[in-house]
Amino acid sequence: MITGRYARQERFAPIGQTGQRQLVTKHVVVIGAGALGSANAEMLVRAGIGKLTLVDRDYIELSNLQRQQLYTEDDARQNRTKAKAAQRRLKAINPVVEITGIVEEFSEENGEKIVQDADFVIDGTDNFQTRFVMNDVLAKHRKPWAYGGCLQSTAIALTIIPGKTPCLQCLIDHLPQEGKTCDTVGIISPAVQVTAAYQTTECLKYLTDNGTSPELVQVDIWGRSYSAINVSRLVDPICSSCSQSAIYPYLTKEKGLKTAMLCGRDTVQVRPGEKGSLSVSNLVKEIGNLTDKIRDNGEVLIFEIDDVRFVVFQDGRTLIHGVSDVNTAKQLYQRYIGA
Amino acid sequence: MQIHVNGRQVEVAKDSTIGELLKSFNIQAKLAVVEQNQQIINKTVYDETILTNGDTIEIVHFVGGG
Repeated sequence: MITGRYARQERFAPIGQTGQRQLVTKHVVVIGAGALGSANAEMLVRAGIGKLTLVDRDYIELSNLQRQQLYTEDDARQNRTKAKAAQRRLKAINPVVEITGIVEEFSEENGEKIVQDADFVIDGTDNFQTRFVMNDVLAKHRKPWAYGGCLQSTAIALTIIPGKTPCLQCLIDHLPQEGKTCDTVGIISPAVQVTAAYQTTECLKYLTDNGTSPELVQVDIWGRSYSAINVSRLVDPICSSCSQSAIYPYLTKEKGLKTAMLCGRDTVQVRPGEKGSLSVSNLVKEIGNLTDKIRDNGEVLIFEIDDVRFVVFQDGRTLIHGVSDVNTAKQLYQRYIGA
Repeated sequence: MQIHVNGRQVEVAKDSTIGELLKSFNIQAKLAVVEQNQQIINKTVYDETILTNGDTIEIVHFVGGG
């Protein structure tokens, strides 16, 4: 009779005690700690992997709580960062697992370092821009990963083993300008859970040498439709990200201010090309002259000017709420924070 | 005529194409992977590929949310 923390998982024949012993030696990196990241991270930590690294650029708001399972109302009230709040919660769930939360955007600058000793990577991001950077980084370093996407009541998942299966670039070919986002058409939490269930299952299979699925799978949990397509033969032999002649187009971007629309809100993120050049304490003084709606909690500086809310992280990265186009956001960033 | 899309019966006009089917579901062709009777169809020929009665179509399309 197997007893103890992982008894039921060890009873599951494809994993067994052998698989459990493998899991405890593995390091999984979860990129994004929103809905998908939270769900995947909690399952993996409960499953008893050895080490989990969680990377997220965002902080917690009330509208996250409907589906981002690691966070509480208090986290939202305090505007805690997702990476650190997740780290605390996961540590409470399973203190044996080594957990690191990184409050940064996964990018072409830090990505290679973050994944260097990962055994598997989980996509918990909410935008294609970051996913294509991930795709390049993981193709270059030959790291296996699980793409996941969800919107409305639909879940999509695909496992990517660089060098063996098609990558995102092979299948999509360019950065999509998708009209539908969580912001415009919404999402229900069961769609998140189904997506994460596929991703974590594939991760557990890979880490215990059970092989992974070649299928791109889609489930509409509300409409109850299911579709799966074996995409093995769609590997592009001249892919710019994963073939022998790869040039990693998303890794080699020129420097400068970078912007991204955030899923779920009227928000633009502006990120300086060089990190660490911003002095938050100077900024507090300067902005304090312009508005009395200003608050510094030690992790983020929040201020409001003309109904636009700025949230400035220590690395200079800024979320600008209340604007819907990136150029306005860039201008506001340059006006109040500097570039 | 009738075809099966992701396991569901769907009524489509005679001689309609995969491109038109995607449009009717409001799916961007660039983001879709489509299988017709277990054959993956190349994205570049969606608009020329005619559906026939009884076809089994699988459509999966990438989404950005998460």
